[in-house]
Amino acid sequence: MTTDLTRMTIAEAAAGLGRGDFSALELTEAHIAAIEKARALNCFITETPDIARERARASDGRRAKGETRGPLDGIPIAVKDLFCTEGVLTTAASHILDGFKPPYESTVSAKLRDAGAVMLGKANLDQFAMGSSNTTSHYGPVKNPWRGSAGKDLVPGGSSGGSAAAVAARIVMGATGTDTGGSIRQPAAFCGIAGIKPTYGRCSRWGIVAFASSLDQAGPMARTVRDCALMLTPMCGHDPRDSTSAPIETPDFAAAPGGSVKGLKIGIPAEYRMDGMSGEIAALWEQGAQWLREAGAEIVEVSLPHTRYALATYYIIAPAEASSNLARYDGVRYGLRVPGESLDEMYENTRGQGFGAEVRRRILIGTYVLSAGYYDAYYKKAQRVRALIARDFEKAFEAVDALLTPTAPTPAFGIGEKSDDPITMYLNDVFTVPTSLAGLPGLSVPAGLGAQGLPLGLQVIGRPFDEETVLRVGEVLEQAAGFSALPEFVTEG
Amino acid sequence: MAYVIEGETGKWEVVCGLEVHAQVVSQAKLFSGSSTAFGAEPNTQVSLVDAAMPGMLPVINAYCIEQAVRTGLGLKAKINLFSVFDRKNYFYADLPQGYQISQLYHPIVGEGAVTIDLPDGTSKDIGIERLHMEQDAGKSMHDQDPRRSFIDLNRSGVCLMEIVGKPDIRSPEEAGLYLRKLRSIFRYLGTCDGNMEEGSMRADVNVSVRKVGEQGYRTRAELKNLNSVRFVMQAIEVEANRQVDLYESGGTVVQETRLFDSARGETRPMRRKEFAHDYRYFPDPDLLPVELTQEYVEKIRCGLPELPDEKKERFIAEFGLTPYDAGVLVASKRASEYFETVARGRDPKQAASWITTTLYAVLNDKGLEIDQSPVSAENLGRLLDLIADGTISNRLAKDVFFLMVDTGKDPAAIVEEKGMRQVSDTGAIEKIIDDLIAGNAKQVEQFRAGNEKVKGWFVGQIMRATQGKANPAVVNELLVTKLKG
Repeated sequence: MTTDLTRMTIAEAAAGLGRGDFSALELTEAHIAAIEKARALNCFITETPDIARERARASDGRRAKGETRGPLDGIPIAVKDLFCTEGVLTTAASHILDGFKPPYESTVSAKLRDAGAVMLGKANLDQFAMGSSNTTSHYGPVKNPWRGSAGKDLVPGGSSGGSAAAVAARIVMGATGTDTGGSIRQPAAFCGIAGIKPTYGRCSRWGIVAFASSLDQAGPMARTVRDCALMLTPMCGHDPRDSTSAPIETPDFAAAPGGSVKGLKIGIPAEYRMDGMSGEIAALWEQGAQWLREAGAEIVEVSLPHTRYALATYYIIAPAEASSNLARYDGVRYGLRVPGESLDEMYENTRGQGFGAEVRRRILIGTYVLSAGYYDAYYKKAQRVRALIARDFEKAFEAVDALLTPTAPTPAFGIGEKSDDPITMYLNDVFTVPTSLAGLPGLSVPAGLGAQGLPLGLQVIGRPFDEETVLRVGEVLEQAAGFSALPEFVTEG
Repeated sequence: MAYVIEGETGKWEVVCGLEVHAQVVSQAKLFSGSSTAFGAEPNTQVSLVDAAMPGMLPVINAYCIEQAVRTGLGLKAKINLFSVFDRKNYFYADLPQGYQISQLYHPIVGEGAVTIDLPDGTSKDIGIERLHMEQDAGKSMHDQDPRRSFIDLNRSGVCLMEIVGKPDIRSPEEAGLYLRKLRSIFRYLGTCDGNMEEGSMRADVNVSVRKVGEQGYRTRAELKNLNSVRFVMQAIEVEANRQVDLYESGGTVVQETRLFDSARGETRPMRRKEFAHDYRYFPDPDLLPVELTQEYVEKIRCGLPELPDEKKERFIAEFGLTPYDAGVLVASKRASEYFETVARGRDPKQAASWITTTLYAVLNDKGLEIDQSPVSAENLGRLLDLIADGTISNRLAKDVFFLMVDTGKDPAAIVEEKGMRQVSDTGAIEKIIDDLIAGNAKQVEQFRAGNEKVKGWFVGQIMRATQGKANPAVVNELLVTKLKG
């Protein structure tokens, strides 16, 4: 029974709860038990079983009174530990936030809570969401539940690695992620699940520990496109507390999947066929195009000429914003304080010991590119290139309804690999970063297994605020791929 | 009238530009809903945003934007329909975000001007370079504990306007006039209370000197955080003289930030560390650009009150005041309102004279502002009415006025109570005159011999006999007739 309860999709569980097949508390208990057995994966920084039970009971109470709040009511989820949660330790996976329990709840996690979702814990991540492998966490790396034919410990991707691994390991039904340059989509691809970064401005950033304000966006991660859509609807909506959140109506995304793609034009960006892409990924991409063609879509080659500048642009803008956003972690008001003889020395000690190496690296890069004499050459130029990249997409979307690309250039790699070379690591985001720079919605769908038995993802990119088309195309791919493989952690333990 | 420093090598003039930080009058802070009230217990007016808690975001307070636009219009300045908030990055314990949100590249207000009235009766325009909005920092207190510093974040995030003036000021006096005029405009507009002692208006002053007749500017020093008009004027004088001495002794001025020590009457450089920052400005990605419409600006323009310059013109045209009196009265909005209440339907020049001489002397003496005046505008008006209808003489009116100052009472009541009504009864006055002429033959002779001064002696005697209540006009007329025989 326990196994069954953790193997369902959110949609199935919602139906089961509705029929009274099981209670929210039973569903939650099954997942709490699963989490306890999966501690080796290190998916969580903080488990919150007591909160989960309390919310599950409240959900059951609502259901008994006929006051259930929709498909997420009673559904156990993980919340990435970048979302501030009231009274619950919030770390951003950094030593510098030691002991920080916010007196407030982020807008997105509050909306999910209000929709009845049951928080099982705070998911591990790359420190301050900086990383593509979940190895920069102060709380240790997360292991991918997939080990592949080589049987190695692999990274789950990042930065939402704990969220992705937890969903894939069937210890939560869904999770929140945040995506700055691919942090939802790449780990979703590495772990064989679905994840969508909605359009910048769809979800409020209020209460999410900021990495790069102009890029950060929350989104759902779940085992199916439909589940992502179910989670996405309550996560979105204008928030007057976030000036960059869009004053735009949220459609019922759950109604989007299941539609036809007949007649849609799907673009294949030529510039994404780059050197170093593995053959199996190129093949999968072609397969994806073929599935859509068979479903009645027209496949069109498009050009995004500034793609090759995207990564460099991203690694100027994101660190620049981060260097400023992270200035508030100074040991004065909350979190870690390492004393010093003077104020400056206290800053140096606190920030030197509180931030991990990758965070320090990005603060240094960001500080450099904003410095007097370099601002024009780096930051300002990067902003201009960013505008060109966005225009590439605008032009492409004059001709097509959505774009299809791989999510990542490789499948999951071993823990520790690429860690000594930041540039190689940054290349993981080569397909996801342009979308982030343009603020567009991007969905990663599990589309198959590679030669090493590891999941591979395809990315669907849409027009601004057209998540519905993205979800629709994504579900068609998902159906065609029929991805049903389970990670070794689930099948073998 | 030019301000000149006589050096050993010749005459020098001073060149100054002021940067004024003015705290915006608003209920809430620039980017959070916290109160801006002054004087609350430390750290009681701090929101999660002000304390820069993780994940907190600034949201622009639309009222602060309106106040900045209003101020810009009051400075006859260009309103930029597109402006952007930038982050100015630096670390300090009372700066929770690690950056101040300000406007560097695209300020909300562009060039404008402030007209100052010089004592010689001429006026001069001081150019405004720009006005931008920014957040204030918190307050560090280093004197509460021998080892620790305390931080009060109540002020953190309060909206400031920085008004950057052009280097058009040529004397300490002009600097003082400029600051007073700015303050007056702020108060008319209700955009800043202008209370320098509470820190809601502070000035940084850029000072350089050059030989009279020299073109271009020499290196300037910046004097930071001056919190009174007097200090600004003193600091300029002290710094200009320092620079002249330096040049004349073969030295050069270095561009640096200096502090004015009013107790010692000197300026000295700040430690480099205190200001040597690379602020790494960049547009704040948490905020959208501020985009205004011309209609919005026009709506604010339509709602502007009459400003001191316009009011001064009107007082001259409508009330026939001298430019000087008009200038004195409009310097404070409340004084101008007080004046208008008194002057309406009465002799405006008389009203102006009573206010600017008699009333101001009392207020100065008591250290009161005009809105704290013990004599209300209505009562002063009634006093003038009593003079006009002959109830009391001008001289008696002074006595009544001082009783009004002491008691705050209505002048008519005082006149009644004290029996100060003027005697215009010719019969009564004639009798006194007749008695005087009869008893003072010598003085009468002197008058008739052509000594006009003796008339004054008779007037004095009559006034003494009537306790000052005799109507001077009646006295004069009767006295001359009777003396001439």
